[in-house]
Amino acid sequence: MPWLSTLIGVSVLGALGVTLVRNDKLAKQFTLAVSLVVLALTVAMAVQFSPNGDKFQFAETYNWIPAFGVHYGVAVDGIALVLILLSAVLVPIVVLASWHDAEAGKRSVRTYFSLILVLEAMMIGVFAATDVFLFYVFFEAMLIPMYFMIGSYGGAQRSYAAVKFLLYSLFGGLLMLVAVIALYSIAGKGTFMFSDLVGTIQDVTTQKWLFLGFFIAFAIKAPLWPFHTWLPDAAAQAPAGAAVLLVGVLDKVGTYGMLRFCLELFPEAAKFFTPLVITLSVIGIVYGAIVAIGQTDMKRLIAYTSVSHFGFIAMGVFAMTTNAGAGATLYMVNHGFSTGALFLIAGFLINRRGSQYIADYGGVQKVAPVLAGTFLVAGLSSLSLPGLSTFVSEFMVLAGTYEKHLVFAVIAATGVILAAIYILWMYQRTMNGPTAESVKTLPDLNAREKWVVTPLIALLLVFGFYPKPLLDVIHPAVKDTLSSVSVTDPAPAVPVAKEGQ
Amino acid sequence: MEPAEFITHSGGAIGVAWLMIALPLVGAAVLLLGGRRTDRFGHLLGVVTALASFVVAVLAFVQLLGFAPGERRRGIALYDFIPGMATKVGLLVDPLSISFCLLITGVGSLIHIYSIGYMAHDPGRRRFFAYLNLFVAAMLLLVLADNYVALFVGWEGVGLASYLLIGFWQHKPSAATAAKKAFIVNRVGDFGLLIGIFTIFATFHSLKFAEVFPAAHGASQGTLTAIGLLLLVGACGKSAQLPLQSWLLDAMEGPTPVSALIHAATMVTAGVYLIVRSGVIFQAAETAQLVVTIVGVATLLAGAIIGTAKDDIKKALAGSTMSQIGYMVLAAGIGPAGYAFAIAHLITHGFFKADLFLGAGSVMHAMNDEVNMRKYGALRKAMPVTFATFLIGYLAIIGFPLLSGYFTKDGIIETAMEHNAILGWLAVLGAGITGFYMSRLVFMTFFGAKRWEGDAHPHESPAVMTWPLIILSAGAIFLGGFLIVGNRFMTFLSPAVGLPEHLPEFNPVSLTGLVTLALVAVGAVFAWFRYGAAEVPAVAPRGSFLTAFARRDLYGDALNEALFMRPGQWLTRLAVFFDNRGIDGVVNGLAAGIGGSSGRLRRIQTGFVRSYALSIFVGAALLVGAWFVVGNL
Repeated sequence: MPWLSTLIGVSVLGALGVTLVRNDKLAKQFTLAVSLVVLALTVAMAVQFSPNGDKFQFAETYNWIPAFGVHYGVAVDGIALVLILLSAVLVPIVVLASWHDAEAGKRSVRTYFSLILVLEAMMIGVFAATDVFLFYVFFEAMLIPMYFMIGSYGGAQRSYAAVKFLLYSLFGGLLMLVAVIALYSIAGKGTFMFSDLVGTIQDVTTQKWLFLGFFIAFAIKAPLWPFHTWLPDAAAQAPAGAAVLLVGVLDKVGTYGMLRFCLELFPEAAKFFTPLVITLSVIGIVYGAIVAIGQTDMKRLIAYTSVSHFGFIAMGVFAMTTNAGAGATLYMVNHGFSTGALFLIAGFLINRRGSQYIADYGGVQKVAPVLAGTFLVAGLSSLSLPGLSTFVSEFMVLAGTYEKHLVFAVIAATGVILAAIYILWMYQRTMNGPTAESVKTLPDLNAREKWVVTPLIALLLVFGFYPKPLLDVIHPAVKDTLSSVSVTDPAPAVPVAKEGQ
Repeated sequence: MEPAEFITHSGGAIGVAWLMIALPLVGAAVLLLGGRRTDRFGHLLGVVTALASFVVAVLAFVQLLGFAPGERRRGIALYDFIPGMATKVGLLVDPLSISFCLLITGVGSLIHIYSIGYMAHDPGRRRFFAYLNLFVAAMLLLVLADNYVALFVGWEGVGLASYLLIGFWQHKPSAATAAKKAFIVNRVGDFGLLIGIFTIFATFHSLKFAEVFPAAHGASQGTLTAIGLLLLVGACGKSAQLPLQSWLLDAMEGPTPVSALIHAATMVTAGVYLIVRSGVIFQAAETAQLVVTIVGVATLLAGAIIGTAKDDIKKALAGSTMSQIGYMVLAAGIGPAGYAFAIAHLITHGFFKADLFLGAGSVMHAMNDEVNMRKYGALRKAMPVTFATFLIGYLAIIGFPLLSGYFTKDGIIETAMEHNAILGWLAVLGAGITGFYMSRLVFMTFFGAKRWEGDAHPHESPAVMTWPLIILSAGAIFLGGFLIVGNRFMTFLSPAVGLPEHLPEFNPVSLTGLVTLALVAVGAVFAWFRYGAAEVPAVAPRGSFLTAFARRDLYGDALNEALFMRPGQWLTRLAVFFDNRGIDGVVNGLAAGIGGSSGRLRRIQTGFVRSYALSIFVGAALLVGAWFVVGNL
């Protein structure tokens, strides 16, 4: 069965279908149903994935532009699979969370939900693409629905934020396009298929230039310090649901691209640039966290925590150890759940009071204990509390980085302390203390909102104690990636007698 | 003697040791998810799960005693947690962990029961029991884990419970701030512990005790010292040892049963557990051991000095807790000769300090939640049971002959004296100060004239609160002698931590012991003249600079503020400014520059279709350029 094309197809057809429905409420229900079908299909596909089988599974390849060797080629390895799962899980949650978000403005409610499904198709496509040109097409096309979601449905500064987001991304995308085309012509294979291009660029100088073309695009997308300034604006202006898809999934394409393309296509360049990338990552971790502490706007604060978290992911990717790489991949998934929960619950709060400013809140826990409690859990996942899945990935990234880059890992680990400060301080200012006059009548979470929050918290908890199902899928793929870069894990200084060996 | 081998176990109570953790965890989950529906029976469920956990602990203890001493380190495998890093994690039931389990579930259950009465009128009582249950589960995971990752999960789990409970009355800004402070300072310690764990992993590629400890000697001296010091940083955070002590005094914002259970009897002793558990590593790194003993002695003195100047009964007791844990850390730093005394003192302290805190809670309960001892006085007649049990706790902590503290603290002092005379004499001095500040506390509270304010009408607390006090004070009387005489506890613990070359002999009339007693007596008599016989002023006199020094917690907070908080705030402001004006300024400037003028950017905001076209044009131009470049390559 062509699983991946089915997933993309169902999303696209769903998006078209939504625009045909006359009634807004029916349109929402239809969108939710489509996204749940996509989720069910994705889970069914994931169950059939065999972790130790072929590297790429469920492969489909058709010629698209034969003259240039462009294909419609899709397949997944463990890394792509978990990211597609993440997208498929987040979309229905976002749909449910955004139920009334599009009603405030003058724009069409149906269009908003249709855009979400268009975006879902592209998110699945971008992670599944096995043709570099196809990847590029999805990479750029993703911008369009997100541009309209921010620009048409966002907050007061939405136009500025949307244009900034678009220009930034286009700039990176163009650099990548240049690199893609150069890769194609230098490789001289007459094809854009990823598997045919791996290992074709032997010259190290060429690798370095092409690496930069891809890397800068991904660093903007992720975003890595100092390419991050579009994110706080975009995330703060986007509706909460769009912010979740933007930070939770779209930005992961950046770190995914680093792992997939920068490492495998240009291994020597990747090794050459490792010190630079890790330095940028560590600066991002500490800098993002410190700037987050100083924010007065809740959504901007959450956006900056993500700058810090993306630093962890990029550091894990470039540390080039199995633990760090697998940890970074797991981090991409967990961060989607964690930041998703934070943005959505903050969104619920902001919708009630009509302000994003922390100073406008206080003592919410007293009037809305469930909202406060879930916000705390989401916050604790952002500071990587053990027992929540984010801990596992952060632990793996740091421990894996420590194996090869001790000093960087130690500096990065200060992020653990800073995270406690930005989360708990925000929590204290909004939820604790005497109840502010303006929030005395805030209602607690309603049934729909509880349905939004519950799956996210459940996933954070389940994978917090039992990350094995994800790691079993991720591990072989990461090992394969690292072996294609021809790096090996450092051996222990003192070998121990392992039980059962 | 070296510790015993690790054995894989199945069956019996040890085989289901995970129930100890699971039962209170389920309790917490039911109470938190069940919401107000569980209000009516919430406290009972909390008590039942804690008691059930205690029963499992007792059964596991009995089963463990059935094995020969050399076969008492029994591991049960649970599941693969993090494949590649923490595969086959499980629990380790050995004399060390089971001692903690009995303490945590035993004292924990008593405090649960006491809380039924103490929190009877609090609308959040169900939530309170949920957090207490969560704490018990996390603490048991901490001590039962057979590897450093699971230990860390429990370690931060108790930190979370502590955060939630210190901030239980979160509507009070002081409580919310104290909770946050506790978590953040603990995170500083956890940062050290994490790096320590990473070092262990990088060195051994394993985090399992059963794999790391037997191989520890193979690591270089530098590595072992680094690991030891990093674990110590973690221990300092959790156990409020210098220089990470500042959170504990503020933590008294939590309800008193919390102070008794978490911030006296159990959680704050986790650092001692970590050091003793990792004994093999410390014994191979003398420098690390030396630092441990220095931290212990410095803290035991600092805590005692802070205790002398506090008028808030709970803060005085908190200073005392710091100090007593200092004794344990000192003993833990000495090695096998000190381990048994460290843990024995930890256990007896768990009893008498819980007794004292709950006693203080009983007093507060009777005095409209007043904590200022200057407004107490003459309470012994109004609250006879509380007074009697408090008096026993007091005698135990100052080391009155034949009570628990006498045996366990004296053991630490004697061992320290043998190890290093300077450390030993400083520990003796600490005991003298303890005699003073604890006597001051008792005299100010229970003796002298009534200094009650307002409508205070002190009364004895209900039986649900006094019975736990009675049971705890029984422990405060007998437990020490039972554990120490005949080296009973040292022998029991030896499969887990080893034995010293020479077994200590209990000497009731050693020189050190006599000097200690004399100093304690001097301290007590001095306190009697100042606070028992003389009138206690309603407002604290100004006192010398030494008094001010002690009152301000030895300027710990002032130091933190000057060194970290203010530079931190400054740095934060600078970073935010830099981000808005620096990086983003450059970006916006560039964008405006490309557009031709700075006004262009503002126009982009309104006519985004045009700018969209513009960017497509720029893109196309770049694309064409790219083709040229490629063509020339």
